[in-house]
Amino acid sequence: MIRFTIRRLLLTVPVLLGVATLVFSLLHLVPGDPALAMLGESASASDVEELRERLGLERPLPAQYVQFVTGLVQGDLGTSFRYGTPVAQEIGQRLPRTLELAAAAMVVAVCLAIPLGVLGALFRGQAIDQAAMTVSLIGISMPNFWLGPLLAIVFAVMLGWLPVSGTGTWRHLVLPAVTLGTALSAVLARMTRASLIEELRELYVLAAQARGLSKRRAILGHALRNSLIPVVTILGLQFGAVLTGTIITETIFAWPGVGRLLIQAINFRDYPLVQGCILFIASIYVMVNLLVDLAYGWLDPRIRYE
Amino acid sequence: MTRRLGIGIIALTVVSAVVGPWVVPHDPQVQWLAHRLEGPSWPHPLGLDELGRDILARLLVGARISLFVGLSVVSVSASVGILIGSFAGYVGGRTDNVIGRLMDVLLAFPGILLAIALVAVLGPSLTNVVLALVSIGWVGYARLVRGQVLKIRELEYVQAARALGAPVSRVLWRHVIPATLPSVTVQATIGMAGAIIAEASLSFLGLGVQPPTPSWGTMLDAGRAHLFDAPHLTLFPGLAIALLVLGFNFVGDALRDQIDPRTN
Repeated sequence: MIRFTIRRLLLTVPVLLGVATLVFSLLHLVPGDPALAMLGESASASDVEELRERLGLERPLPAQYVQFVTGLVQGDLGTSFRYGTPVAQEIGQRLPRTLELAAAAMVVAVCLAIPLGVLGALFRGQAIDQAAMTVSLIGISMPNFWLGPLLAIVFAVMLGWLPVSGTGTWRHLVLPAVTLGTALSAVLARMTRASLIEELRELYVLAAQARGLSKRRAILGHALRNSLIPVVTILGLQFGAVLTGTIITETIFAWPGVGRLLIQAINFRDYPLVQGCILFIASIYVMVNLLVDLAYGWLDPRIRYE
Repeated sequence: MTRRLGIGIIALTVVSAVVGPWVVPHDPQVQWLAHRLEGPSWPHPLGLDELGRDILARLLVGARISLFVGLSVVSVSASVGILIGSFAGYVGGRTDNVIGRLMDVLLAFPGILLAIALVAVLGPSLTNVVLALVSIGWVGYARLVRGQVLKIRELEYVQAARALGAPVSRVLWRHVIPATLPSVTVQATIGMAGAIIAEASLSFLGLGVQPPTPSWGTMLDAGRAHLFDAPHLTLFPGLAIALLVLGFNFVGDALRDQIDPRTN
């Protein structure tokens, strides 16, 4: 297991370096002068020159790259053009809100997905199964930038039960979490169904029933538990989709997280902040994938020797 | 049943997008400011938007944009992905390794994050949206094709072609790539849904098609400011996106079940 862990860690390093290189090159993809693009056409030549110097654009490209990577290793993501504060500090302030939203969305997804998937598997091929899977396909197809406003119209505008934006109480969290969790629940429901169907074919389920266990206990107590292993893996792998989803969900509900910070940074052409947010989200995604891989290797020894 | 429904939705959207703008009596850009935000009525079945423009006329023009983005992103991504993936899988060795690492880096960006980043620096426009979505889209196809080619290249008919002295390009073009097409077709159908949602997401965030061009995502974004007083601005464009995406997902799902019955 130690060798497997070290090997996976070493494989992650070039990926992270590649991500950093791609994010570094973003600033140099800006058409024309990035400093002029950030300040606007009306900026004076001296202001543009000063910003170019501050961003280090005067230096040769390899030197800029080395400084960028060295900074990253030290936890320095640069300085925000808009706020004048370290990018890492801006992200750090908003990170708890994003994690809170992502965690709540995952809870919502699991609570919706497991019953739907179990129903589909138990009534396989019947009307209930088809209905459950159609509902899940509708969930996948419904974009969160539509579902969010729809939920807001019904539960905030028409019924007045929940606030339409902001933070502070659990009531503020409900609509964003349901918006973000619905598509994930659809993916998980299909996975739960497929996995449980596989598990129900196993002889131990039949053996449990032969020993006098009710069908319900054999399924819920034994087959379902085993079928959840791949579901948990998918849940981990879908964390990336949840992170990307927060960008839109936070924008809809004015949720003060990293996703909203990214969109605000784009609107203000705050490129260091854009780079920082992109790099941060991608790095979290890579690390979560690494953890899922390690967990999988721990659960299933065959993976370690592949 | 769902496959037929899916085909029906897609066909209806295509027909509406092609002939709709000529059939609907209103220009999508003409403004009736005195009637702005008015709900559905006989002359304007889906109502008027925040500038008094006919929502139905704008939805029909928006359908063209969605279908154009979907088709161009999927066709270019699939072509690039097939070429790179089949070459990497067939040749193997160092080439495969280098391409594999590049794909790992691109896959390290979740969802449309890289597309958001690219459009943020290149500037919002329809061309840049397509470019950004292609730059992340090809990886999925390349990975799928590469995996299949690793198996196909060991099959006897491929080895026979190689033994007869056929060059790599001919073996790939005549024998290997055609065998990967069923899976690519499934991925492309589901990819259409993904590209349509991605374009709408970018436009919703103000990073895609720019006003006054009517894109479904831009229309939804404009509707956000009128959730309380004119919910129809949000309702209809969202419904159009969801239905078209559902149509492609229905068809993609049915195709996948046909190709690999184990998934059903």
